[in-house]
Amino acid sequence: MATNRFSAALRRIHAVALKEVRQLARDRVTFGMIVGVPLLQITLFGYAINFDVRNLATAIQDQANSSMSREFIAQLSATQVVDVRYTTASSAELDRLLREGRVSMGVVIPHDFERRLQEDSRPVVQILVDGSQPSLSGVAAGIASLPMITRHGSGPYAGGKRMEPRRIEVRTLYNPEKRTAVQIVPALIGVILSMTMVLFTSGAIVRERERGNLELLIATPLGSLELMIGKLLPYAGIGLIQTTIILITGSFLFNVPLVGSLLDLYLAALLFIVSTLGLGLFVSTVAQTQFQAFQLAFVTLLPSILLSGFMFPFEGMPKVAQWLAQLLPLTHFNVIIRGVVLRGADLPELWPQVAKLLLFLAVMMLIASVRFKKRLD
Amino acid sequence: MLLPTEGSAEVIGLSIVDEAEAIRRRLGYMPQKFSLWEDLTVDENLQFIADLYGLAGDVAGRISRQRETYNLEALRKQRAGTMSGGQKQRLALACATLHSPELLLLDEPTSAVDPQSRRDFWDRLFQLADGGATILVSTHYMDEAERCHGLAILAEGRLVAEGTPRNLMASVDADVFEIEGADGSEAPRLVRELPWVHGVTQLGLRLRVLADRGESDAEAKLRALLKQHGIDAQVARTQASLEDVFVVATRRVYRGD
Repeated sequence: MATNRFSAALRRIHAVALKEVRQLARDRVTFGMIVGVPLLQITLFGYAINFDVRNLATAIQDQANSSMSREFIAQLSATQVVDVRYTTASSAELDRLLREGRVSMGVVIPHDFERRLQEDSRPVVQILVDGSQPSLSGVAAGIASLPMITRHGSGPYAGGKRMEPRRIEVRTLYNPEKRTAVQIVPALIGVILSMTMVLFTSGAIVRERERGNLELLIATPLGSLELMIGKLLPYAGIGLIQTTIILITGSFLFNVPLVGSLLDLYLAALLFIVSTLGLGLFVSTVAQTQFQAFQLAFVTLLPSILLSGFMFPFEGMPKVAQWLAQLLPLTHFNVIIRGVVLRGADLPELWPQVAKLLLFLAVMMLIASVRFKKRLD
Repeated sequence: MLLPTEGSAEVIGLSIVDEAEAIRRRLGYMPQKFSLWEDLTVDENLQFIADLYGLAGDVAGRISRQRETYNLEALRKQRAGTMSGGQKQRLALACATLHSPELLLLDEPTSAVDPQSRRDFWDRLFQLADGGATILVSTHYMDEAERCHGLAILAEGRLVAEGTPRNLMASVDADVFEIEGADGSEAPRLVRELPWVHGVTQLGLRLRVLADRGESDAEAKLRALLKQHGIDAQVARTQASLEDVFVVATRRVYRGD
């Protein structure tokens, strides 16, 4: 009797999952999104976003026009950070170029450039930066610390005689070429999964309510737990497929390595998938219409992208934002996935994050399934 | 489906609180709105329902018989969303009766179909009833109600009348008269002003008057009134229709007394 009931329940779960897969396969837009979103995002983020600023359009106003100033310009160009596009004659012209956005940076070399180099009190060169663009001021700061033009006498020209510049060696571990794609692609797994899982699952459940299918289902022997599992299962599978798509394209297009074990990676991905499915289920119990579900899904998505350490370093955020970020599963998943993919860590080494994800999963699933059952009754 | 806030009820002899699962297996339900999956085909919808009810044995044969009975053979591979109102209704009934329920609940089943489909639909319902199933239909159409074996009239959730259609019509608490040849005149307004008249309905060229049963010589009084105002019309007593029964039965509830 007990096994009979169990196999009947399994048959119902299987029927719901099969129906869901069929519907998904026929919904071309959604199906396209499942494959298209990871591809689009990985290409966009991989190629377009580059935290390492290079070839910054620059205009130079060389008032000194001496051999030393020309040497300075050559050195500046050699860094590849700046791309000297214009040489201007007046400061008015330089202002105009900046205002029109043709250049992001202006460098003014005063006519007493040599004298200033010998002195210690006055700045030797003025750098004008377009502050309306993010992350450019940091670049200017980097240039200002080039040994040649420091104001504190440590440059090669300080005091009139050449000195060995104090060089600070910066070594970047795990991503020696400092390629943004290598940092972005693993974290992208979490972002794309959050999007798909929350958006599609909540949409799929709310759609069933909107179209009246649920009214028919509650009159059948299908239990609410069976319905929930049957509906969530296909999406867990989709999440794993998306993970695979991202890993393969990341490896082909951007040579993102996989240092850790593949099993750890998929285990972590599965844990994260189930956590976000819980979130999607919760959204579906709050939203009345598909449109509301999409809005709510985005509400949960935005803080995940901004606060999870995906785009901005976690350490630079104010305390409140850091606390908030602790509540987001993506924050912990990002630590895990970067650890496994780039640093070769294994899951036991990352246990604090794994534990936090498990906690989130348990709490979310509990709330969501209780609410889901209530909404059906 | 809904848990009672208090009290208890029985459906086909089973308690709705403790035996909801057993009831679900023996009950067929067809919601007012088409509730099957529009992006699944006819066959897929039937198979899905079969799986939900855990039908055993020759499931394919059962589905095939339903397809024949409900004239869906040619639509096997068609998605439900692309079918007409009548076809959808046939599929919905085929799904609701796939597990041979003892009790079939139909919520305004014919609201989106043409008269011919409606007729065919009722023929099928009678076949099911002959097969031993109890069928409960909610409807706004009085001609449909008249086809049923038993009738209950509800107003604002309260039962206001119950019985066979014939009994209800025979025992209606009102007299019905028809006035012919009074079209275009003041007759409706005049008759409506009589204190013992409940309502006047225009039916094409005729006026249907619903009057208090206790009023003596109502027919003569109507004639006199019309003559007095120079309207040359015939007045005749007639049989109460189910619509009259409905209006009389729900009148008290909607008046608020």
